Amino acid sequence: MAIFIISVLSLFFGIALGYFAIRFRVEGDPVVEQIDAVLPQTQCAQCGYPGCRPYAEAIAKEEAEINQCPPGGEDGIKALAELLGREVIPLNPENGSADEAGRMIAVINEETCIGCTKCVQVCPVDAIVGAAKHKHNVINEYCTGCELCIPPLCPVEECIQMQPIELTVSTWKWSQPSSCDEGRAA
Amino acid sequence: MKKLWTFKGGLKLAGFKKLSKPSVVKSLPIPKRVILPLRQHIGEPAEPIVEAGEKVYKGQVIATSKSFISASVHASTSGTVIEIEKHNIPHQSGVSELCIVIETDGKDEWYPNIKPNLHPENLDVDEIRARIREAGIVGLGGAVFPSAAKLKPTRQIDTLIINGAECEPYITCDDALMQSCPDEIVQGVLLLRKLLNPIECIIAIEDNKPDAIESIRHSIEKLREQGQGSVTTINVIAVPTIFPTGGEKQLIKVLTGKEVPKEGLPYEVGIVCLNVGTTAAIRNAIYQGTPLVSRYVTVTGPLAKQPANYEVMIGTPIEDVIQAAGKVKADNCAVIMGGPMMGQLLPHSQSPVVKATNCILLEEIKPDINTNVMPCIRCGSCSSACPMNLLPQQLYWHAREKSFKKLEHYNLPDCIECGCCSVVCPSKIPLVHYFRFAKSEMKDHEISTKIAEQSRVRTQAREARLERMKREQEARKAKRKADRLKKKAAGKKATKQKPGKEALAG
Repeated sequence: MAIFIISVLSLFFGIALGYFAIRFRVEGDPVVEQIDAVLPQTQCAQCGYPGCRPYAEAIAKEEAEINQCPPGGEDGIKALAELLGREVIPLNPENGSADEAGRMIAVINEETCIGCTKCVQVCPVDAIVGAAKHKHNVINEYCTGCELCIPPLCPVEECIQMQPIELTVSTWKWSQPSSCDEGRAA
Repeated sequence: MKKLWTFKGGLKLAGFKKLSKPSVVKSLPIPKRVILPLRQHIGEPAEPIVEAGEKVYKGQVIATSKSFISASVHASTSGTVIEIEKHNIPHQSGVSELCIVIETDGKDEWYPNIKPNLHPENLDVDEIRARIREAGIVGLGGAVFPSAAKLKPTRQIDTLIINGAECEPYITCDDALMQSCPDEIVQGVLLLRKLLNPIECIIAIEDNKPDAIESIRHSIEKLREQGQGSVTTINVIAVPTIFPTGGEKQLIKVLTGKEVPKEGLPYEVGIVCLNVGTTAAIRNAIYQGTPLVSRYVTVTGPLAKQPANYEVMIGTPIEDVIQAAGKVKADNCAVIMGGPMMGQLLPHSQSPVVKATNCILLEEIKPDINTNVMPCIRCGSCSSACPMNLLPQQLYWHAREKSFKKLEHYNLPDCIECGCCSVVCPSKIPLVHYFRFAKSEMKDHEISTKIAEQSRVRTQAREARLERMKREQEARKAKRKADRLKKKAAGKKATKQKPGKEALAG
């Protein structure tokens, strides 16, 4: 009798689980979404993957380490470590160094631009406008500072350059006070 | 006697108010040039409507904005616009912003359109509001919120509070104004009452300023004798001297017992609160037709040679004001805009006096905030001193770790940066600096999250487009191939058919 009840129950739950697995299937991989949300979306490809999402997929599959994103920096690694329950590790120097200078954007010198459209095609966020043999320009608000468009891609010297965003009252930041306990611990 | 409430925390601080002798207000010579930043208020910066080389008169609008939360900028004296360029503004960061620089001609000629209004009582409320807006008036207590935006509340106002508390040590410019121009303030209150129809009307002054209280009461009495009977309903209240009673939220609590909701504005609890200086500026805009072109500034501090209150044209370089006030006593002098608790240390004194400049404090350069700091001993003094009911100690740990969620949870955005916690901390931890740092980090994080989201959307859109283009190209290729094959097949058929026909014919 007991065997019968257990068999019926397991059959029932088996069918129910199978049904719900199809009925409430989660589209996409939620872990990839979460990792992607933490990444800075610079799309610079310094991690060795073509963009932030491919890198997120690689992390989810455990093909890539969490320390390959220079724009995310130390804070980005911390956030990824917290999300995935991994150890915080220093940034991999092979991928580049974290830029302390703050946000940079590409600026095109209209005097020297020859209108080759190379930068237009490579820009991951469509922040460069221009047509063949016409001067190009960067839409500042959309530029992520990925540096994909600067020479050697740009065939002209002194045409595209990275410039820091101008500091205003609203973008200026207070410095972090140095902590006394850190000194004591050392 | 009206019942008064108290707020939690706060400090009794030494005032040093006698230093700058608030009973006299001195004037300054016209500076060689005035520098007028286009953003002297909260909200959108004004846009210049004059060009370099243009002659301007005192009180002429030189920059304006269509945005609701913004304020116009007026020439503070007559002269010629020499440039519209980036110039140092009085801010801790030392950054530059767009300013209109006027070379003065020394004549101080008013713009011909500015005429006193002989019958201000005949103006209707919309006209008064429009004139306040045109006059570029912002909150002169330090928050510089455009006043016109405050005066059109969407609900019934119970209490109008005129803030003359001036709680921060050393500063006496409001005290000086209340002693020298009480009539202007009271007439301004009457105008505001006409706009807002409050049930109750209070002028609140800290009890360490008996002369100011006396002066305002005397003015109300005088106006009553002149037949303006309604002035007696203005209630002049002496509030206890506890820093920061002059903070808007604290003053509202003391006078009404109400608390302004988190991230809310006073009008949500039926209150409008304006500084005495703002009230006088509103009165002058309506009665005299004059926009906000000058303000009272206290020049004081241990290193000031002649501490006093001065009427200063907006845009006067701070350096000129210090020179006029007899320079400084020592070389190691720090120039602070505002008071010792909440003021900003200015990296250079070339920046101009702006609408927010209530005080120029000259004191010895303090040692770096990071020296003599000891570990937190968890004594809790900071929590007892906090007038906003926050937990500075918890905020300190989370600010160090940059845990934005926790900081949000412990209501860091509610911190008014009054400095009480830093003053009481026995370990000399620069708590307010930590909170300012954490606030700017939070803001930065918010901005980068927004940029990241935008970039993600744009990348996805680009990838979808590239994918579509690839598909279309392939489809075209396939079609061409199919066409070619068809043609070939048709050609073959034709060649096959031809011999057939020939055969048939044959």
